[in-house]
This record gives sequence, C-alpha cells and structure tokens, in this order.
Amino acid sequence: MSEQTLTLDDHEHHEHGPAKGLLRWVFTTNHKDIGTLYLIFSLTMFFIGGMMAMVIRAELFQPGLQLVEPGFFNQMTTMHGLIMVFGAVMPGFVGLANWQIPLMVGAPDMALPRMNNWSFWILPFAFTMLLSTLFMDGGAPDFGWTFYAPLSTTYAPPSVTFFIFAIHMMGISSIMGAMNIIVTLFNMRAPGMSLMQMPMFAWSWLITAFLLVAVMPVLAAVVTMMLMDIHFATSFFSAAGGGDPVLFQHIFWFFGHPEVYIMILPAFGVVSQILPTFSRKPLFGYHSMVYALIAIAILSFVVWAHHMFTVGMPIGGQLFFMYSTMLIAVPTGVKIFNWVATMFKGSLSFETPMLFAVAFVVLFTIGGFSGIMLAIAPIDFQYQDTYFVVAHFHYVLVPGAVFGIVAGVYYWLPKWCGKMYDESLGKTHFWLSFIGLNLTFFPMHFVGLAGMPRRIPDYSLQFADFNMMASMGAFLFGASQLVFVYLVIKAIRTGEKAAQVPWESAEGLEWTLPTPLPYHTFTTPPVFESKL
Amino acid sequence: MNLKTPRGLTVLVVFMFGFGFMLVPLYDVFCEITGLNGKTNGQYQGEITPAGSEKGRQITMQFVVNKNDNLPWEFEPNQTEMTLAVGERRETTYRVTNTYKTAAIAQAVPSVSPAEAAEYLNKIECFCFEQQPLEAGEHKDMPLVFFVDPKLPAHINKLTLSYTLFDITNSKKPASDPHKAIKVGN
Repeated sequence: MSEQTLTLDDHEHHEHGPAKGLLRWVFTTNHKDIGTLYLIFSLTMFFIGGMMAMVIRAELFQPGLQLVEPGFFNQMTTMHGLIMVFGAVMPGFVGLANWQIPLMVGAPDMALPRMNNWSFWILPFAFTMLLSTLFMDGGAPDFGWTFYAPLSTTYAPPSVTFFIFAIHMMGISSIMGAMNIIVTLFNMRAPGMSLMQMPMFAWSWLITAFLLVAVMPVLAAVVTMMLMDIHFATSFFSAAGGGDPVLFQHIFWFFGHPEVYIMILPAFGVVSQILPTFSRKPLFGYHSMVYALIAIAILSFVVWAHHMFTVGMPIGGQLFFMYSTMLIAVPTGVKIFNWVATMFKGSLSFETPMLFAVAFVVLFTIGGFSGIMLAIAPIDFQYQDTYFVVAHFHYVLVPGAVFGIVAGVYYWLPKWCGKMYDESLGKTHFWLSFIGLNLTFFPMHFVGLAGMPRRIPDYSLQFADFNMMASMGAFLFGASQLVFVYLVIKAIRTGEKAAQVPWESAEGLEWTLPTPLPYHTFTTPPVFESKL
Repeated sequence: MNLKTPRGLTVLVVFMFGFGFMLVPLYDVFCEITGLNGKTNGQYQGEITPAGSEKGRQITMQFVVNKNDNLPWEFEPNQTEMTLAVGERRETTYRVTNTYKTAAIAQAVPSVSPAEAAEYLNKIECFCFEQQPLEAGEHKDMPLVFFVDPKLPAHINKLTLSYTLFDITNSKKPASDPHKAIKVGN
C-alpha cells in the first residue's frame, strides 16, 4: 500500500496530499481523515436515530394506536436511544477530538494512528450488527436503552445476543479512541505547553477520555454478565439462582452516570472555545474551569443510584445520593457562571457558532435545573419514568451535546475545508432547530409532571394537545437538520475561500496554520507562547 | 515512542473490567454488612442470645409468600401472623404442593421488611437453605425455626418475612457447572 510509504516518508516531503481512491479512507492513519470519517458516521447515525424519533413522534401525534404496533414502538424507543448515545453523540465528539486535538496542542497527528484507524473502523460493523436486529425474528431489542434485567435477559428477544456483541465492539472502539487522546495529550503537546495551558477543549476531552477508560469496561462487564445469564446458566441477575435484578441497575448506572458526563463535557470544551472568540475576551476563570471539570468527573462516580430512587433503597442511601447529586450543581454552576462572565461586557457578535453556543448555555441550564428537581429523592417518586425525565435528558442532550457538536462544526469548518459556509443558511438552521427543539421538549415537562409515562405508545386524552405540539416541533427539528447537510455540502463545493483566521479574535494554535489546511500539519512542533 | 502511558491505560481498562465483576460480591458483602436490601443472614450457628434488658418485649411477625413467573404451585404459610418475644425460639411451617405432572425442584428466596430488621432475624433452620425437590402432586410442610435478636431497634415492632418461590428445575440442567452461582439460603 502506498499508505505505508506515505507515513514513513513523513519527514522527507512536507507537502503531499492523501492517497488516491476510496481505499484511502480504509487505510488512512491521518487524524484529519479519521476525524472526517467519525463526523460523517455520526451524522449518518444522527439521521437514522432521528428517523426512529420521527416514528415515535408520529405515533404519539394523537392518542390511540395509529401507525405502529406497540412492540415495534418499544424497539424504536430502544434503538433511538442506543443509536443517538453510542452512534451519534459519542462518535461526533471523537470526530471533533481527532480533528482538533492535534491542531490545538501542536501535534503532527494522534499518538497511536493505527489504533485510531482501527477504533473508527470497528464502529460501522458494530452498528450494522445492531441495526440488523431490526430484521431478525422477534425483532430488535425492545427493553429500553438502559436494558434493565430481567427485561433484557429472561424476557429479551433472541436478537439480544447481537446487541450484546455490538455493545462490546463499540466499547472497544471508545476505549481505544479515549486512550489515544490521553496519550496524545500527555506526550505530544507543543514544547512549552504545560497541562494548565492547554485549550479548554483539550482539557474537557482529557477528562472525558479518563471517564471513558474507567467506565466503558464496566459496561462491557455488565453485558458480559447478561450474556452469561442468557446462555451459560449463571444467575447474576436472576433471583431464583441467588442473584439480584437490582444488581444490574447498580452496575449499569455505575457506568451510566459517568457516561452522561462523557456526552456533555466535550460540549463544555467546545463552548469554552467559542464564547471567548465571539465575546472578544479571554475565557473567564480558566483555572476554575479546569477544576470544575475534574470535580464533575470525580463526583460522577458517587451519584449513580439517583437513577434508582424507587427500587426500595433505605433512607440513608436516598439521602446520600440526593446530596451528592446536588453537589454536582456546584462545579456546573461555576462553569455556567464563567461562561456568562466571559460574555459580560464583551464585544459580542452573533455568528452561527456563537448562536449555538449561547443557546447551549441557556438551554443546558434549563436541563440542569430539571436535573436538580429529579435529584430530590422524595419528589422523584412522582417523576420516575414519566415524560419529565424525557424532557430533562433531551434538554441536556439536544441543545447540550448536539448543539455542542454542531457549534464546533460551524466554528472549525472554515479551517477544515478552507471554505466559508453560507452564514444566512447557518442562521436559518439555528433558528429552525432552536424553535423546533423547544417546541418538542418543553411541553414534555408539563405532560410528565401530569403523569404521562415514558416508553408507552398510547396516552390519556388530556395529554393530546401537548403531544401534538411536541410532534410538530419534532418534525420541524428533524427537517431543519437537512438544512445543515445542504449547508455543509454547499460550503465544501462552492463556498467562498475562508481566511486563515475566519473569526475576528479567534485564538489558539489551530488558527496559526494556513487555510486550506495542508494534509500534514505541525511536522515541526510550533513555538507555544502562553497568554496566561 | 514512549509506551508508558498506553500500558498504564491498558492496565486500568483491564482492572475496571474486573472491577465490574467485583461489584457483584461487593454488592452482596455491602448488603450483608448493612442489612440493606432485606437480605437475611445464612443459617444461624451460635447460641440463642441470652435475652438482655429487652427481654419480654413483644413483637409481631408476619409471613407472606410470592410465587415467581406465575408458578402454579400451591405455596402458603400455615400461620400468617404470630406474636412473640424477642430472643424467643419459635417454629412455623409452610405448605407447598407440586401441581405439575412431573417432578420439579423449587427454591425459596427470603426477604425481610423493613430491610433494617433483616440482620436481626436469625434462622436456625429453614427450608430456604436447601433446594426442594418434589414429586408430581407431592405436598410437604416445610419448617422454619428462628428467633429475633433482642438487639432489634426499639422503633421496629413488626417484621414481615416474605418468601418468593422459584421453579429452578430447568436452570438446574448443567448440574456440575462450577460457575453456577446458586447461593442457597441467602
């Protein structure tokens, strides 16, 4: 393969492009190529998971059973969750990391480029396997994305084994991706850049990567136990054999709670890059931002049982998990305060990345507040398994994680492809998304508080109006993402040439590079001068 | 290139995979020490505690049963409620009937409510310590001998002991499987 000579010859020729042909993408070890692959994969999964959301919202448009069988509805909610979490959000952030981390810390590439290639190429196979369960006898997994035992063991469809292996594979992929990021950030920073001088995006990913390395193996362990219960007659989660179904929830959420921070911390990083640029001020409180990230990561390991207040926990346990959960609001509050303080008295301008970043701060805070409501153990009994929970986690994931990725793409796209996107299309995309998602998820708070259960294809008549609103909002939000795809394609094909620094006061090593970016960058380490 | 970081991370990954499995015994140990989750102790080995200052305090015990997976067997306590003194040794029986046309094996799993009281209930003899093989149509009175530790916190004056009966005939198949995690009577 020409690929091998390509990496080996790195030092002799400085300006050569990628290999030709489609196999370039299969064999590539270039962080920019792999970043692109991750982002395209993430976008594809976002649309597949989005289609499932459209099925769910279409069924819930009116009370009564309209379009799909209840069993298929359950498969849709399960697959929508799994695909959005593991297929859209996580690979989206890994894509941003692959593109940006070497550029931002002045490294020539990721530290382990072949492993990087491998960690991407596992994903399409994992998700092909997961999606193929839709066509199997008994249907796809239908036990919710949290796959509680015994629904996912004793009562699971036969396709659960494929689901387990798919989880194993995507776990391996995430672990390798995370290790790569840690090794890169520890060993390949530009000379003179200490850890406390790294850009916030790099910091947020360093913490995220440690969370991934720590909890993805626990997820692998819990699905392995499921596999053994199903096929090898063990009784980890079966009470008849001396096991305990509640044990499943404990192990799952020991993974699951850090996982929700894995999905949001990189978005914190992206927003911390964008807000200073468009406020024309440095980030307020860099050090406290770093410590807040670390505090959130550590606390995320001791709060898991707040997902399980209703399993019959003793009062002491409920109090511990309630208070530890509320404690997380402190470092999160520090971050939100710092973002607001960054904007305060700044010279603000509202280009598309800034719009998404500001919306992130506002809407993520709403999601954070409903999170604090859910953390209150005595009233959680009312909210448990209602649409209030759905509203909460969509408020932190859609305008949180998804807006974070989208804001990052808008911010760095001119650097990646050397072309400017159409600003008015970008603003159209933003406003349609903003209106669409609030219309979708805000009414869910009301129906949830009024007692509408989640994961049910039908509902009482009094919830009809809000559900119709939510469905219309969802269709609007879904359709407006097509604007985004059109915008990206248009920018790449016919966009105006972007300036080297397309944003007036953008700072960081990535903007010292020429536009369009050469295929290999920082083959000689840059000189880093701290502004701190 | 410096492989120290990736090596260290690989060790961490392997450790955390193991930790996932370690959570299983840790969870049991944690529940046993704290008495959370209503898990009762195994067979009581020591002597019946000489009654302390609390001697003569009367409490109520309730006996309830559940059948798992709509098991069609008949299973009920012969006495649903009794009043006893703490530290007093008492006996009761449960009647079970195999309504299948074939022989089968059942296992009862106990749970105590309030969970806080679980560690004070000491079973000297219990049918839940063993698997119960029953011929087709056979019925049996299964014994339970127990006493309640006088150290039972003063605010608890009613205990509910619940047994859930499971049909484990099929899951018994790989009888010699060493990995099989049947933990009797816990």
